[in-house]
Amino acid sequence: MTDQFEASVREWVRDNLPQVLVGARIDMYGVVSGDQAQQDAFALWRQRLAEQGWGAPTWPREYGGAGLTDAEAKIVSRVIASAGSMNPIPYLAGMGVTMVGPTLLEYGTPEQKARHLPGMASGEVRWCLGLSEPNAGSDLASLTTSAERDAQGWVVNGQKTWTSGADKSQWCGVLVRTDRSAAKRNGISFLMLPMDQPGVETRPIALIAGESPFCETFFTRARAREDDLLGDLNDGWSVVKRLLQHERQSQTSAPATATAVEPLEAIARRYLGVNTDGTLTDTDLRGRLADHLMDTAAHELTIARIMTDARGGNVEVSATASILKNSATDAAQGRSELLLEIMGNRGVGWEPGEYSEEEARTVREWLGGKAMSIYGGSYEVQKNIISKNILGLPETTQKG
Amino acid sequence: MAVLTEEQAFIKDQASDWVKTKAPVSRLRALRDSHPGQSFLPDTWQAMVDMGWSGILVPEQYGGSDLGHLTCGLILEQLGRQLTASPLFASSLVGATALLLAGNPEQQEALLPAIVNGSAIVTLALEETSQHAPAHTALRAGPGGDGFRLSGTKTFVDEGMCATHFVVAARTAGSPGDARGISLLLVPADAAGLTRSALPTIDSRDHARLSFGEVEVDSAALLGAPDEAMPVLEAILDRARIGIAAEMLGTASQAFDMTLDYLKTREQFGSVIGSFQALGHRAAALYSRMELSRSCVEAALQAVDADADNVAELAALAKCQVGKFLFDMSNELIQIHGGIGMTDEFDAGLYLKRARVLETSYGNRAYHRHRYAALKGF
Repeated sequence: MTDQFEASVREWVRDNLPQVLVGARIDMYGVVSGDQAQQDAFALWRQRLAEQGWGAPTWPREYGGAGLTDAEAKIVSRVIASAGSMNPIPYLAGMGVTMVGPTLLEYGTPEQKARHLPGMASGEVRWCLGLSEPNAGSDLASLTTSAERDAQGWVVNGQKTWTSGADKSQWCGVLVRTDRSAAKRNGISFLMLPMDQPGVETRPIALIAGESPFCETFFTRARAREDDLLGDLNDGWSVVKRLLQHERQSQTSAPATATAVEPLEAIARRYLGVNTDGTLTDTDLRGRLADHLMDTAAHELTIARIMTDARGGNVEVSATASILKNSATDAAQGRSELLLEIMGNRGVGWEPGEYSEEEARTVREWLGGKAMSIYGGSYEVQKNIISKNILGLPETTQKG
Repeated sequence: MAVLTEEQAFIKDQASDWVKTKAPVSRLRALRDSHPGQSFLPDTWQAMVDMGWSGILVPEQYGGSDLGHLTCGLILEQLGRQLTASPLFASSLVGATALLLAGNPEQQEALLPAIVNGSAIVTLALEETSQHAPAHTALRAGPGGDGFRLSGTKTFVDEGMCATHFVVAARTAGSPGDARGISLLLVPADAAGLTRSALPTIDSRDHARLSFGEVEVDSAALLGAPDEAMPVLEAILDRARIGIAAEMLGTASQAFDMTLDYLKTREQFGSVIGSFQALGHRAAALYSRMELSRSCVEAALQAVDADADNVAELAALAKCQVGKFLFDMSNELIQIHGGIGMTDEFDAGLYLKRARVLETSYGNRAYHRHRYAALKGF
């Protein structure tokens, strides 16, 4: 059954993937960097995937998906990857396919789903998320961006930050305060708001790693339609909790190993050199490298175990997402720190040229990776979730 | 927890219930305080034999159930939770594995049924120095009589005082440090010239020092090929390392549960101490490491059952990762319990002491870190 499905996917990819795209670099926005022929082929590839419903393969067909199971969806991405390409739609849709869409499927009205989901699934409409504010980071519920109702719908005022891809997005899912008198979490709502309007301004944020997808986003009497409220009025906190669960689940695989071509130990051999018995010359780094590889193996084995368990009906996956988010962070950040140390004075270069592409990239990835323990619920917030939700420890008190 | 078959789930539940009710940690305390010099409580061991645990790795033709290492690991984990003293690990896992991997049909026929019915306790005699170092085996076995003549000492032999037979790693050629030149010899505990003395270890368990003074065994005592035992010895040791990692996971899990329970009940400054974030975060980190450790142990047990080609790598991974977790968990057990954790009346000390003995058995963290690096080619 699965074999048959895989064979049909293989056949389709063989017939529909433009050969000029094989091995082409597609950036984090889902955009191909290449000549006109590649750009045209890329547009065609996106359109074919969208028609197939493979932009968001597990969504229902009526909303632009293909109604596939998770296992079938994995087969689709695997086959496309093994053909030397990728599915750009989840990247083109920004936060649409991975986060807003799945939440819309649960909380949206039929009209909202019909209006928003197909654009995400085809990769034609890019979404960003307005959650954090300058004074509402880990303590998200203290947000102050407000929405007030008037005759035409909602009027939004305030500032969001870390709105990834805001300067390139057509829509924003924004968390707003709709009742100032209620307790923090009870006066929040989730609005869907078009970005192309006079009341919205975006400013890109330069990070320690250089250019970034992040923006500051300012709303000054920005407007959203009455029916662009997702979920119930003042129940935005449950919507965003679900949304963040989808985020954690999309962040639990160690990206370090996904992009790593050359194993860490091979890079170490190259930079540090080996003794006659094949061991690394630096015995301290050798030990810490082994520790890191074992920690990463433990993380990967845990992902595999939880997936097997979930198929066997053993655990709820979301309960373990916080554990995996932190172990994925440990794996990725640990890898970057070790790489820098292994590269020595070659691991501190800012621009390629004098330094190799690999060296400069390693430094940028190391810097960029510092965000992993901050975004999507910081390392400390994940520990709060584990201690409260999994271990059943009581709410934190002031003392102690 | 891995997805278990119905039979495995049954055995796990049975082991969990039995250990809690019939072999709790108070029985180890009784063994320590009221039965000095004894290796285990005979009724405990007899009950395990009656439940078929002593034959869990032994083929049916020799009276066992051949249920595999994952099942065996489930039992060892439960025993580790209550520090239950028995020769199950030393004999039914390590001894039986030595016979299964290195023995010929006559040797298997002679001893496996006796391991299963509990009348024989077969244990591995390997260590000679303060560190786990299989290739540094020095105990000499030269030609003598109809077979071999052994001279030298072994130490830190599991269940060495109650064993009926030893699988002895002996040097038949080369010199200490050479991987080649080692042979495995089956030596009865009552062989002439063999004396043993108990090591008074902190865990109140049976560990012995053996002294071989011109001990003669005939050529039928040889397990496997002469001089070339290293590969099979490593295979036996990897199964032992994975089994002991399962036991350690149980010990650490119980230490975690005790600590979590204390965090939820102990009050200071007018609140339960688990509401203090400094402690909640430590509990969260320990819990995460427990889950990651479990993944390593289960993957290793399953790899042995599947006869996978990465058993050695997973053995090093499991022993080292669980070792690191148990080391920290056993220290946190004392620290988070505070003063009560320092008293002998409370059980924390028993867990801490056993944790360090398990850590130094079959290669410590440093040994397996080194081995993992070597297996990965650096």
